[in-house]
Amino acid sequence: MNVILSSRLQKTTVLIIGLVVLAVVMVASILIGINRYSLATAVEAYTQFSGSEEHLIITSSRMPRTLTAVAVGSSLAVAGVLLQALTRNPLASPSLIGVNAGAAAAIVTTIAVFGSQFPMSQMMWAGFIGAGVTALLVYGLASAGRGGMTPIKLTLSGAAVAAFASSVTSLFMLLQEKTMTEAFYWLVGSVEGRQLDHFFMIVPYLLVGWLGAMLLTGSLNLMVLGDDVATGLGQKIILVKATAILIVVLLAGGSVALAGPIAFVGIIIPHLCRFLVGLDHRWLIPYSIVFGGAFLVCADLLSRLVLMPMRLEVPVGVATAMIGVAFIIPLVRGRAYA
Amino acid sequence: MHRHVVIRTKKPALSFHVNKRALGINFILFLLLSVVIVLSIGLGSLHIPVWEVIKAFVGAGSDQNELIVLDWRLPRVVVSVMVGASLAVSGAILQSLVRNPLASPDLIGTTAGATAAAVAFITFAKDVSVQWMPLVALIGGLLTATLTYLTAWKEGVSPFRLALVGVCISAGMGALTIFFLVITQTHKASNALGWMTGTVYGMSWVNVMTLLPWTVLFLGATIFQIRYLNAQELGDDIAKGIGVAIDKKRLLLIAISVALAGAAVGVAGGISFIGLMAPHIARRLVGSAYGYLLPASAILGGMLVVLADLIGRTVFLPHDLPAGIFTAAIGAPFFVYLLYKTRNHQ
Repeated sequence: MNVILSSRLQKTTVLIIGLVVLAVVMVASILIGINRYSLATAVEAYTQFSGSEEHLIITSSRMPRTLTAVAVGSSLAVAGVLLQALTRNPLASPSLIGVNAGAAAAIVTTIAVFGSQFPMSQMMWAGFIGAGVTALLVYGLASAGRGGMTPIKLTLSGAAVAAFASSVTSLFMLLQEKTMTEAFYWLVGSVEGRQLDHFFMIVPYLLVGWLGAMLLTGSLNLMVLGDDVATGLGQKIILVKATAILIVVLLAGGSVALAGPIAFVGIIIPHLCRFLVGLDHRWLIPYSIVFGGAFLVCADLLSRLVLMPMRLEVPVGVATAMIGVAFIIPLVRGRAYA
Repeated sequence: MHRHVVIRTKKPALSFHVNKRALGINFILFLLLSVVIVLSIGLGSLHIPVWEVIKAFVGAGSDQNELIVLDWRLPRVVVSVMVGASLAVSGAILQSLVRNPLASPDLIGTTAGATAAAVAFITFAKDVSVQWMPLVALIGGLLTATLTYLTAWKEGVSPFRLALVGVCISAGMGALTIFFLVITQTHKASNALGWMTGTVYGMSWVNVMTLLPWTVLFLGATIFQIRYLNAQELGDDIAKGIGVAIDKKRLLLIAISVALAGAAVGVAGGISFIGLMAPHIARRLVGSAYGYLLPASAILGGMLVVLADLIGRTVFLPHDLPAGIFTAAIGAPFFVYLLYKTRNHQ
């Protein structure tokens, strides 16, 4: 496979450029929207907070929204890289191990059984727990029998369990009109309306996930060679697989709890990064962190610039798909990629 | 290993071998499907005993029973079987072409395109009859799949490129769908959600006649491609080596797969699970020779939809819930059981 960036110098340079881009789009995301603010105003909002409307919007809406988008984008991209390595399937996305479907089922069940008396933060825990339980179930099924967790077993059990969880979600939504309207807000991915304490509630788990993924890069490089080779090279594959799955649960489960199911980032960003740096996870993971974050911030910004003026509050997942269609397809076509 | 029986005739010179086990399982599946169909026609808000159902079939039942059996339940069941079989075979073909167990009719945008078109229709069509919905959805699915194919074309279509482009275009169509849902009114949105789940509610003989030509024609066409499907499992190079015109065949098979899925989605909406999982369930039961795999997938797909619809209209009375909710609810546990049962041989 011929990649765009070959030398270490090139890879480092582009990574630094990526970080700069990430910083720029984050600042833009804080300043640009229906109301535009100057950088000075944004700084003032944190140094000399006056309680004015613009300061409030910056601190309680723009900033949390931006931070959420970065954290979720990075997490989904890294989770995608890990799952694609684990299943050796380029179509594997974080939703494959059932985190999205599990979180949605847990939230809808909670609403259906208890009504909508819980604040958002508690709903997030319900989602997180649902995601975790579903993923563990998928992992347990995939590990049953001889040969432990094989890519094909993980892929298939994930698809089956996720489908089952989606059934539960649809059932509650169709049985109770009220549940449907309540839950609809959750079931479309969005970074809007999240508060800073929600972000700080979930972000420790994501941090652990990112660090874990960085530490696992060497093992992942061996993993993709196949179980036998990895074992031969002294890899404890069961341990690596279990750790990788745990990290995916933290990252993807945390993301879906924080922002609902946002599709596409976890499949496309890993591929984009592979186009850039190839199959070495020591580069893939940091690239995914940086570009995944930048991608989701851009998508959110785009949806605000293009769709907000039309008086539409459209979830960020819509914009991710638009960007994807516009930018990723030419890239996929352009590479001589098997 | 399976027990094979080789059949040879002197004149005309003909020889083939039959996998007894796979053929037997197919036969059992077929019997099961027949039982499920008769049961499904008898059960409902009004129970009709089996012999009354059979009497109604031959025209010897009471008027009321004949009305319920022949005009209400039978078309619904027939559509269910056709929809399930079409989706399952469509998925089996795509899994073989893309060589990826995660491939399904959704992958190249057929379902997503049909759904986007249908939801757009629900949103914007003011006083146009609902009758046009299947056609609108079908056209949406066909156009989207064509777009995917053309976009992925670059001196041929590599399976991997097709899959990636398909993911992008499906996501784009999904985004459009959400967009339409957001700008539409709430009561229409719940309509659209029902359709997206997939339902055979209120199917009549008109729907049967709409779907029948597609199902018969394209399932029939698939039979003639079995040899090629088996050959291309070996990979592009070997398939070329034994004399297969890969790109031509691939286009033909994608067209068959899209037509099957498009027609099914057009009539019954976005029934999930069948296209992805029915072929896997079949593979675990009869192995991966397509001569046995395709009929088994078709029967299982049909059976799943019939059962799902039966549960939807009996268990939650007075609700008549979309079959699409229950396809995975029944299919997933069964598949997990198979996965567990066959866990010791890969």
